[in-house]
Amino acid sequence: MPDSATDSTCHPPGSPAATPISAEPLVVACGVAKSFNGVPALRNGCLELHAGSVHALCGGNGAGKSTFLNVLMGILQRDAGSIKVRGREVHFANPNEALHARISIITQELSPIPGMTVAENIFLGREPKKLGVVVDYPRLFARAGELLERLRFDIDPRTPMYRLSLAQTQLVEIAKAFSHQSEIIIMDEPTSAIGENETEILFDAIRSVSSQGAGIIYVSHRLSEIFTIADRYTVFRDGGFVETGKLADIDRRHLVRQIVGRELNAGERKERKADGEVVLSVRNFSRKSEFDDISLEVKRGEVLGIYGLIGSGRSEFLNCVFGITRPDSGSAALLGEPIPEGKPGQSIQKGISLVTEDRKATGLVLSSSVAFNTTLAALPNLSTASYIDRPKERRLMTDLIERMRVKLATPEMDVCELSGGNQQKVVLAKCMATDPICLLCDEPTRGIDEGAKREVYAFLSQFAAKGGAVVVVSSEAPEVLEVSDRIAIFKKGRLAVVIDGHQASQEELLHLAS
Amino acid sequence: MNSTISSPAIQSRPQLAHLLRDYGIVIAFVVLCGVLSAVNENFLTWGNWVNILRQTSINGILAIGMTYVILTKGIDLSVGSILALSGLVTGSLVTGSEPHSAFVGILAGLLVGIALGAINGLIVARLSVAPFVVTLGMLSVARGMTFIYNDGMPIANLSKEFRFIGQGMVGGIPVPVIILAITFFIFWFILKYTTFGRYVYAVGGNERSAKTSGISTRWVVFAVYVISGLLSGLAGQILAARTTSALPQAGIAYELDAIAAVVIGGTSLSGGVGTLSGTLIGALIIGVINNGLDLMGVSSYYQQVIKGTIIVAAVLLDASRKKQS
Repeated sequence: MPDSATDSTCHPPGSPAATPISAEPLVVACGVAKSFNGVPALRNGCLELHAGSVHALCGGNGAGKSTFLNVLMGILQRDAGSIKVRGREVHFANPNEALHARISIITQELSPIPGMTVAENIFLGREPKKLGVVVDYPRLFARAGELLERLRFDIDPRTPMYRLSLAQTQLVEIAKAFSHQSEIIIMDEPTSAIGENETEILFDAIRSVSSQGAGIIYVSHRLSEIFTIADRYTVFRDGGFVETGKLADIDRRHLVRQIVGRELNAGERKERKADGEVVLSVRNFSRKSEFDDISLEVKRGEVLGIYGLIGSGRSEFLNCVFGITRPDSGSAALLGEPIPEGKPGQSIQKGISLVTEDRKATGLVLSSSVAFNTTLAALPNLSTASYIDRPKERRLMTDLIERMRVKLATPEMDVCELSGGNQQKVVLAKCMATDPICLLCDEPTRGIDEGAKREVYAFLSQFAAKGGAVVVVSSEAPEVLEVSDRIAIFKKGRLAVVIDGHQASQEELLHLAS
Repeated sequence: MNSTISSPAIQSRPQLAHLLRDYGIVIAFVVLCGVLSAVNENFLTWGNWVNILRQTSINGILAIGMTYVILTKGIDLSVGSILALSGLVTGSLVTGSEPHSAFVGILAGLLVGIALGAINGLIVARLSVAPFVVTLGMLSVARGMTFIYNDGMPIANLSKEFRFIGQGMVGGIPVPVIILAITFFIFWFILKYTTFGRYVYAVGGNERSAKTSGISTRWVVFAVYVISGLLSGLAGQILAARTTSALPQAGIAYELDAIAAVVIGGTSLSGGVGTLSGTLIGALIIGVINNGLDLMGVSSYYQQVIKGTIIVAAVLLDASRKKQS
């Protein structure tokens, strides 16, 4: 059985007998606390990491995981508690000191230098040199090549970073962390941007380094990944330690309960009735080197899932239907009326909304407030002769924020101060503000916690039940299975097959897509 | 995931962070005025303030347009040159023995500003060339054209009717100050209360998000350069009218003071954040510094050094405060 914490004390988890590899843990953290302006973000952070272990750190948004990791990396200074690395109490003043202690972190926020090559990025600031000043490029490329080969990442070290896909960029970041020869590697949502194939490659790399004695702290909202790759887990909730133990001893349901602190009604879904009226119809849609000859229909009350690997053209297809790009051929219609090509503004007016794949890059204006973002797309409806009816705007905004259950101090706060799950709710609120009948969602739950995910699923289901049509693109098979009435499988830019979402299984999806 | 907002919270809390940011500048401004009035007894007189406002009016008008451009993450280096060409075209129409009416002259001058701004906007928005490069080119082209237009000669002897907008007074307040006030109000209103104003922030904050929100981002970018061109033209009218002659070398390096006013006023050069009231105070700070140093008899060579230092210090202070909050 897992060890549980009582109120404020923290039992150093894991008995020595359970860890055969080494007597001395790599990291023992206990009672770590950190407050911002008197508000505690972390009250009691505890974690014990052993060599050769992949340790899942679990918790919802706001559970204190990031704060804990930032303290561990020396980005933040703790107010209380102790952190021991290889038995010695440490106080890292900055990430550089942590790196010297052979701890590195791979974060969600990638920071590549686009104009430089892969090799230059990996060894940035540590380039092999000739005569102490000139960069020794042959050696640099050779070393990067060796490293990438050892990790089995299929990337040429001479490629400039800007040519890489998001997934490949992530792999380079991971290679960079490994190049520091770190013994303690923290991975914060390393798979949030990459597809199943790359995830497998990444997992192989993780297994390879952990078998060589490194300890890995793995943070992910994807529970199936956690059960695949990790052997131990620790749960934080509301800034405090909840429980730790071996994953082999628990099931998914138990973990979810510990993370959210209550039962979730997973898997409970109502049969919706698609009433036959076609809302969105796409005929022979093609766009060079993105997708080819796609025809699809979505009816009222229906959720159509689109599943495919990275590069299958699923997101490109969605963007093109919405009008971000123009198709080379084919047509799309909403309730029988053609959707103008390449005009997102008009698509919105007609009743289509797009929840974009990446809320930070294309979903939100991060420098502006929650209120600003919520009504941004709906302003044409809230204004006469471009003069904004502010009371009307305010009412709509308040109503949406309440309906989407966005957790915030005030709508005037900058949207970037919200957690990922709440930011995503603002994106949904923004899309709902234009009162759409057809909702296109590209990865609607990327990087948000289990509780928020459930809320998004419930919302989509409700939207369809009220007569809306929904298209959900996702790279997570369980998600597609959870929400879809029918599932369209994309493969290399073509529509492979459309299957019944109620009957399909995860294995079937993966099989059909690859 | 359980609590939502309560409505009183919405009503009662204005943008605290933004207020703090604005107040920082106001405090700096007040402190600066306090110091100057302690040092020099003439500083705090009505006459001197009218003078400061008059001197600020041209930079203030340029800075209003510049704020729009910078909010979209752009920059307009051509304002000084457009100002000169616009003034010269108007000047050629309102001079001589049979001058056109001031109305016709001003209209022509403003159209010149709009046209050149439109060229800037078209190249930036349609062809996606960096604003810095486009407007640097326009800085040179428009300046060259002012010299070509009248063989490098100034146009003097402007009609009395026209000179009114630079030299006249209404109710003890100089006309340029009134024009600044009206311009400020109009563009403040547009930025705050219209969809276009929102779109300016959205485009500067995140162009791709703006696009997915259905905003025609190209149109917004085009429009801000037209606005900047128009206001450069307007400033050109006032300068020509005030100095009673249109000079081809008018407005050289004016873009720098305009950008300085915007930046001191707290607008972010990376777009999406800033206010017009901040810009106005920024312009006033520059005006007060110029005036105060004049009163103290500091040589104009030293003035430049001091002004530059204050600009960097103001921005540094602002940056450190933002970091804290």
